[in-house]
Amino acid sequence: MGATFVQKVLARAAGREHAEVGEVLDVRPDRILSHDNTAAIIAKWRTLGQSRLPNPERLAITLDHAAPPPTVRHAQNHAVIRAFVAEHGIRHFFEVGRGICHQVLSEEALVLPGDVILGADSHTVHFGWLGAFGAGVGRSEVAALWALGRIWLRVPPTIRFELRGRLAPDVSAKDLALHIIGRFGADGGLYRAVEFGGDGLATLSLDDRMTLANMMAEFGVKNAYLPPDEQVFDWLANRLAQRQGISPAEASERIATRALYPDPHATYEAVHVIHLGDVEPLVACPHTVDNVVPISHVAGRRIHMAFLGTCTNGRLSDLATAARIVRGKRIAPGVRFLVIPASSEVLHAALEAGYIADLVAAGATIGTPGCGPCMGNHLGVLAPGEVCISSANRNFRGRMGTPDAEIYLASPAVVAASALAGVITRPTDQLTAEQ
Amino acid sequence: MIIRGRVWKYGDNVNTDVIFPGKYTYTIQDPAEMARHALEDLDPSFAANVQPGDIVVGGRNWGCGSSREQAVTALKKAGVGAIVAVSFARIYYRNAINNALPAIICPEAAEALQHGETAEIDMTAGRIHCAAGMFSFPPLPEAVLGIFEAGGLLAYVRKQLGEEA
Ligand code: SF4
Repeated sequence: MGATFVQKVLARAAGREHAEVGEVLDVRPDRILSHDNTAAIIAKWRTLGQSRLPNPERLAITLDHAAPPPTVRHAQNHAVIRAFVAEHGIRHFFEVGRGICHQVLSEEALVLPGDVILGADSHTVHFGWLGAFGAGVGRSEVAALWALGRIWLRVPPTIRFELRGRLAPDVSAKDLALHIIGRFGADGGLYRAVEFGGDGLATLSLDDRMTLANMMAEFGVKNAYLPPDEQVFDWLANRLAQRQGISPAEASERIATRALYPDPHATYEAVHVIHLGDVEPLVACPHTVDNVVPISHVAGRRIHMAFLGTCTNGRLSDLATAARIVRGKRIAPGVRFLVIPASSEVLHAALEAGYIADLVAAGATIGTPGCGPCMGNHLGVLAPGEVCISSANRNFRGRMGTPDAEIYLASPAVVAASALAGVITRPTDQLTAEQ
Repeated sequence: MIIRGRVWKYGDNVNTDVIFPGKYTYTIQDPAEMARHALEDLDPSFAANVQPGDIVVGGRNWGCGSSREQAVTALKKAGVGAIVAVSFARIYYRNAINNALPAIICPEAAEALQHGETAEIDMTAGRIHCAAGMFSFPPLPEAVLGIFEAGGLLAYVRKQLGEEA
């Protein structure tokens, strides 16, 4: 009997040979993530009566959700976290401006293929891009994990997506994710794992894979998994080598031996084949992520803001696409075009490549690497009555500050083209003209 | 345990942003203050009128979206006795159990319960009584019953740490 990825990875993290679907296991994660919510977790942990954290090296903490802090209360929240980090000698701590947790932990090679990471953040499914098990948990659970180092998890059934062919030039991984969510619903993956496979996978860039895994949070899944290949190993190896002071070859080997792959005869709840060539540019309309339509249905809708950023689509290739589209042009009057790189590494690379100059010349505003207005904290929230086209992952009512605004979700190309036009726009012309 | 109260009924995919807005998540830590913002962006009348024991009813995928636990804490502190839904988003479900707030998966009852009516839930027997009749729901899974009975995850962990020491 074969096992799926999630059966294998949870069995290993529970010190077991094998795990059946439906079994409840006591799992020891390799990494425990929290961010600005760490202060609230600290308060919960303190009620447990421990004076020292048993495993501070397992923790990773970023300040990203309200960074830099917009109010005194937010600043105090950060101050509490910094004091705790110093007190307990937490090494993997990332300051304001370093970037969004999921991006930063990937860049720092703090999560490797075959690892289990649990985070007080629903997009912890993100780490499926590199072949890890990532799942979101609550704040009390993180406090419990800090104290005990383990937690119960049920082994979920798996839905498998076989990807065939390749995406058209003006179609992105964001469209693929919206295609899946629109087709099967926002609860289509509830309590389930998803695995991706098939020959189409190799055609997806690493940035695309991050977007795809990240968006699976909106499909309701427990975790997502993409089988890691040489590209993933290479990307991680240099980073791990640097962090641990070992040679890239040694790092690469260490990574590859930990990677896990599903057995060929694993049992799946469902297997769906997706022909990547059939995917078209899509938009998720207010106020649910599964309210997905072809872009032609909403083209021409007036916008007030275009937002490029977040853990879903704030990476270098996303900024490159946007820069290519706006280069030498100006954004429409009456539109704000907000660009927030996902990390300081992305910002640095985008500066070196000249993308930031292109974007600023076109009229874009650049924000501090972090979450920005994604969840309505600061740095570009909306006014009642406004419409935003966004590269983020959620368009829930009130998400960006006011319940009376509308958020449309789309690919970075659509966001950039819409910023130029002032209305939701399909970017085919600009893209193909440059290629 | 018997829960008795009025029904507040909402639809499918009610997400954590409308249950407890993200803009408050790093500044509000007092549960009583959280309760004042419960369901703010979905039903502004809720927080001011909810009574202890009231029952929130949702459709599919209740609590989807963010992992924020305040979406549970805010309702609990507001006095909500139980949430009945067709299905729950998985992190929300865990957060509810971990805060000892009954999250009851019962599609038939979620359908039948009417906004404003008074209903009764017998947690021990696993039954919901309302105008439309009686509905049964399965007991909590063994693995999580202990957490629920301890009064929540942190209380449960305190107990475990005490035993290990
Ligand atoms: S960018 Fe948005 S979705 Fe991603 S971690 Fe930050 S707030 Fe969450």
